Order: sequence, then C-alpha cells, then structure tokens
Amino acid sequence: MFDRWLPVAASSYAQELDGLMVFISVVVGVWFIAAEALLIYSVLRFRRKPGVPAAYLPGRSLRAMMIVLIPCSIVFCLDIVIDLVAAPIWHDIKEELPPQGDRVRITGEQWAWRFTYPGADGEFDTPDDFFTVNELRVVVDRNILFELRAKDVVHSLWIPELRLKQDAVPGRVGRGWFRATREGRYEIPCAEICGFGHTIMKGHLTVESQEAHRAWRAPQLAALNESPVSWR
Amino acid sequence: MSDGVHAHPESFIGKYIFSVDHKVIAVQYLVTGMLMALVGGFLAYVIRMQLADPTGSVPGYGSLNFVQYNAVVTMHGTIMIFWVAMPVLLAAFSNLLIPLMLGADDMAFPKLNRLSYWTFLLSTVVLVSSFFVPGGAAAGGWTAYPPLSGTAEYSGGQLGVTFWLLAVVLEFAAFLMGGINFIVTIINMRPRGMSFMDLPIVLWMQFVAAIVFMLSVGPLLAGGVMLLLDRVVGTGFYDPAVGGDPILFQHLFWFFGHPEVYVILLPGMGVIAEILPVFSRKPLFGYRMIVYATLATGVMSFIVWAHHQFVSGIDPRLATPFSITTIMISVPIAVMIFSYLATLWRGSIEFASPMLFALGTLALFLLGGVTGIHLGTPATDIFLHDTYFVVAHFHYTLIPPVFMAFFAGIYYWYPKMFGRMLNETLAKVHFWITFIAVNVVFQPQFALGFMGHQRRIANPEIFEALATPQAIELQWLSTIGVIILLIGQIPFVVNFVRGFFAGEIAGANPWRANTLEWLAPSPPPHGNFAEQPRVYRGPYEYSTPGREEDWFPQHVPS
Repeated sequence: MFDRWLPVAASSYAQELDGLMVFISVVVGVWFIAAEALLIYSVLRFRRKPGVPAAYLPGRSLRAMMIVLIPCSIVFCLDIVIDLVAAPIWHDIKEELPPQGDRVRITGEQWAWRFTYPGADGEFDTPDDFFTVNELRVVVDRNILFELRAKDVVHSLWIPELRLKQDAVPGRVGRGWFRATREGRYEIPCAEICGFGHTIMKGHLTVESQEAHRAWRAPQLAALNESPVSWR
Repeated sequence: MSDGVHAHPESFIGKYIFSVDHKVIAVQYLVTGMLMALVGGFLAYVIRMQLADPTGSVPGYGSLNFVQYNAVVTMHGTIMIFWVAMPVLLAAFSNLLIPLMLGADDMAFPKLNRLSYWTFLLSTVVLVSSFFVPGGAAAGGWTAYPPLSGTAEYSGGQLGVTFWLLAVVLEFAAFLMGGINFIVTIINMRPRGMSFMDLPIVLWMQFVAAIVFMLSVGPLLAGGVMLLLDRVVGTGFYDPAVGGDPILFQHLFWFFGHPEVYVILLPGMGVIAEILPVFSRKPLFGYRMIVYATLATGVMSFIVWAHHQFVSGIDPRLATPFSITTIMISVPIAVMIFSYLATLWRGSIEFASPMLFALGTLALFLLGGVTGIHLGTPATDIFLHDTYFVVAHFHYTLIPPVFMAFFAGIYYWYPKMFGRMLNETLAKVHFWITFIAVNVVFQPQFALGFMGHQRRIANPEIFEALATPQAIELQWLSTIGVIILLIGQIPFVVNFVRGFFAGEIAGANPWRANTLEWLAPSPPPHGNFAEQPRVYRGPYEYSTPGREEDWFPQHVPS
C-alpha cells in the first residue's frame, strides 16, 4: 500500500511492521471513508429545500442513542484488536533481546554517531576496543545487540530501511537489537532535534557478508596493536 | 458579583484598554491571537520555502543558517499552540460566551480577568522580543527537551531559551487566572432554571478544558522552573553528570502537553456543536452522551502522555498500556463525531459560512483522528515517530479546531461581537481556498513521512531518499499549498476589517438561534442584559413539534 514511498525493508522485522501499517490503515481507512461518505451524503441530501422541515430527533432515549453507541462499541473493539495484534510485534522488537549476537556500542554526540566495537574478546572497555565515526558495519543476517548512549544531548538513532528508531539519552544506556537481512549501504540520520548540526548528523550503515566484514576488521585490530588505546 | 465595577466612570481607556468588560477582553485576546497567527503563519511560510529550496534564500526573510532554522521551527510551534490556539479558542471565545450564554452581566472576577489579559500581553511581549536578543530566539524545539535547552553551549541561543521559558510561565499564569474565572463563573452564575444539563455544549467543553488545563499545568510549570534553575542558577535537575535525568522533563512536559491537545480541541468541538443545530434546524443529537464523552475525554487525557515517548528510552514495557489508553480515547471522540453526523441527518441544512467551516472542521479532523491510531500503536510508531507523518497528523488534528472551528465561530458570533454582519461571498471564497489549501499542504507530508523524512531538518536533500525528484515535487506541492493558504486569508482580513465599519447592521438574533447570547442586543452593552433572564429549556430546541417557529429560545416561557 505504501511501497511507493517506504524505503526498502532491510531488517528481520521490517516486513512485519509494514504489514501492521497496512492492517491499521485498512481498519481505520474503512471508518474514515464511511464517515466522510456519511457526512457528504447528509450534507447534500438534507440541504435546505423550501417546504421541507427538519425532523425533531434529540436523541434522548437510550434506543435513539444506540445509533451512535453501536458504531462506537465497534470502534472500541477494533481498538482492542489493533493493540492485540501490535503488542506482540512491539514485544519482539523492543522488549526482548535475542540472547546471542554481535555487539556494538552506539554513541550519539553533536553531530556524529560513534560506533565502538568490542574487538576480538567480545567485551567492551578492554584495550582491543576500536571505534569508527559515522560508519557502522555489520554482517548480514546476524543479530546485532547495541548499546545506545548519548554524550551531550538527546539524539535519536534512525535507520529507515531497518524500521529502527530509538532515542539516545545522556545518562542512560539503552539496549536494542536488529538483524539486517539485505546487504547494502543505508543512511543513519538523527531523528531528534539536537542543535545546530541536527540536519547534517548522518552516518552510514553497511550491511555486508561475513568475509567482507572480516576483511574490514582485520586492519582495524592490527592498528590497535601498534598504538593501544582504550575507548570508553 | 461585579456590581462594584459597574459604578466606575468609563473613560475611553477604562472602557477599551484597561477594561474589565468580558467582551472587550475577549476582543483583546482575539486580536492579539490573530496578530500572533500572522507571525506564526509567516514562520510556516519560511519553513516551507526553506524545505522546498534548501540552498536558496527565502523571499521576504533571506537565507537561513541551521540555528535560525531551528529557531523558526521552535517559534512556529510555540506561537501557534500557546499564542494562537490558547488565546483565540480558549480565552477569546470563553470570555465572550460564558457570561453571555449564562445571561450574566460579566465574569465572576472581572478584575482577575483584566489581570489575566495583561499578563498574557506581557508574555507576548517577552516572547516576541526573544527574536531580537543576542543569539536569537529559542532553537531547541517547542518541546524544549533538555539537555539541549538546558545550556547555551548545546543549542546556540544564549538568552533565547530563558526568554522563552519566562514567556511560557507568564502565559500559563495568565490562562490559570482566566481558567479559574471560567470555572467559577459557570458553576456560580448560571441563571435561574439552567441546570448543568441545560448548558450549551460549548460551555461544557470550555469548562472541562479549563479544568484539564488547571490540573495539568502544575507539573509543567514545575518542570519549566527547574529548567530555568538549571540554566540560570546551575542546578542539575536534568543534567545526568550530577545525577539529574533528561527524561524527567519529557514526562513533565507531556503530562501537560497531551492534555493540552484536548484543551485546544474541546472548545473547537464545542463551537461546532453550537453551529450545527442552528444551521440544520435540528436539536443536537444525544446531548447527554456528548457531555459524558467530554468528561471521559478530560479524564482520559491524563493517562495517555507517554505515547509521545514510546522510543524515547522509557521502559518498553510501558508502551502497550499507554497505547491502550491512547487508542481508547478515540471512543469518546467518536461519540462526539457520530453525534454531530446524526445531528445533520434529516436536517434542513443551510450552507452559511459558519456552517461551511463547521462541516470543514469535521471533514478534516476525521483524517487527523484516524492517523492518530498509526502513531498510538507503539510498533508502527517506531517508524513514524518524529517523521513528517507526525507533522501531517497533528496539523490535521489541530488546524480543524484552531483555525476551521475558530473561523466558524468568528463568522457566527461576529454579529454579536460588533453588531454587524460579515460578507458571505468573501466568507465562502475564504472557506474554499482554506479547505483545499490545507489538504494541499499536508497530504504530501504523509507521503514524505513514509519516505522517512525526519522532523526539524533544514535541508532534506542531503538524504538520498529525500533527494529524489518525487520527494522534491512533494516538498514543492506542500510549499505551494502554504502560499495559497496564506493568500487565502486575505479575504478574511478584508472581511473582518470591512465588516467593522461597513457591514450590514445585525439584529439581536440574525441566525434565529436559541441560546441566551442572542437575547442581548448586538453588540451587548456593558452589563449585557437589563436583568438576568430565566431559562425554561435546553439550548437545542429546534423544529420542536407543535410549534409554529422552528426555534424555541431558552428564555421564552412555554
């Protein structure tokens, strides 16, 4: 329905979210069209004509009110249905993290994204950590567990193709995950106003094969051996 | 209660400037709000021109740097919500209508009312002057999230945010004084025979709006004062380095900010509840149901705020409970909408200008309402949050009450305010341009939101998805819409000014309406009524069976 506008779906949950968007649009769309049609019909059908008086319908009795209360009860039920359908999807994306995955620490700062990789030992805050600025590289079809931090003000990690958005808040460590399912290079804007450079705060995500990723990592780790630095 | 005030001799200044007359105060609020709408509208034009042509210079403003753009966006939102919607919808209409519809001579506390307006005017001066302080106006978004708004080094502006905060705090003090006045007046000054269930719906909605405002504004005032202290004194309420938490402010802001939406929406819905029956010559359908829906909306508006924060870093397990309350608020709103539609059914509908704007309010608001479901559902909000989908959505929910219902109300009550009619042809031209242009502005923004266009960026074209010919076309379409929309307001301004001097003289009751304000002369003198009328029935007795006329005013004995 929105394919002509939406960016490609490049994460494990992207298609499910797009499907939910269509589902909600159909449910509310039917009501929207019905209500607008009723409005237009009433206005045209009951426009003032000489000699035709208005009916006296105050809607005082419960029976009369049913004409409003029944559609509203249906709205109520559909609200419940939408939340029942949506809650598990939200749960899988935001509430529960996969147990295993490649780890990366993402830090928003005015006005760049810093990506810290744990190095060979898989642990942060050890001497073999290394970082990149505005370049996030991950392996396709692998769970990525990220830690989200902000150095100065609130930023928002926004990767449209992954259908991923999460605010980075100073003083808090956010945790989240994604699994990119499509190799390619995608933009990482900041979605929360963060000052002068908000517009130009843009990183890139490269989703690549295991081999390509290894080939990229090797020289980073090697460089660390020459000048060991610890990054927090 | 206001007898003492009447005894004062009335000089021009006492009568029209430092007046205690609720009608004069209403006009003062109205004119101040409308002038601020011009400022807010101009800023909207600057935003749209910048987005359509990011590297060019905006005709009439010049080229913007990023800080200026952030300031323009911040001030557009602030002005339209706090300095247009609140003064015109809540303050002006409540001040005009509450005493008149109650058959009362004035507000319960006329001097408090005057203090309310002058405090508001002071806040307006502080806000407008913030454009001219070193570093420019506040540039941290109208939501003023810290730490961005907390220190000058983050947002660029030095004094701008401090002025902004002072202006907002002053303004809320003004509306608290006004709101308490509305509540007290409605409770205490109803005429003999008028129970709460005989109140016109607009008064019910203003009443609930004033209560909701009063109950929600405290936390924000506290939040604002803490932010002010962080900035000025160096406290750390929102500074994580010394143990503060930025998300605290978000909660305090939205605990006020979301009820505020209903503070604006309800009076707008109330205005059209007055207009639909008069121009359909039918009773308002389901009066009691609408009253209960209004109360339910007021109560529920306090438990939905965190839907602004689904992806803000709050515990994700909070999302679904807040989503349920958020989506549920669609039920009382649906009760109102369906009752309004049922009011039209089998009516005798006359397309006078107030009615056109009332119908336009409904037609546009429906789209704002249904797109709220996409955003109130946490999972879809992950993608849509902070995109132009949100921008389109909330303009479709706020433009109907703030502008369409406001215009409906002005065309309807202008004869009462100034004793003269407005020109219908100009009004209809105004309606059709406005109605079409609003759609031209905001439809493309839904599409841009789906493309991933995040909010508050000064140059979308540096992002691949937004640099496509399709996206740029949509940007231009939206921009052209704004230009048409602004030009479309010229007939209104001409009509408003011309009507004051040259409009046809209006009788006391040009629309043959039932409510008490139409009993007073147009315009009503100071004191409104010779004596407070007695009320015999509800406000919506139109086409009552067994009666020759198709209206039955509240004050006419059976």
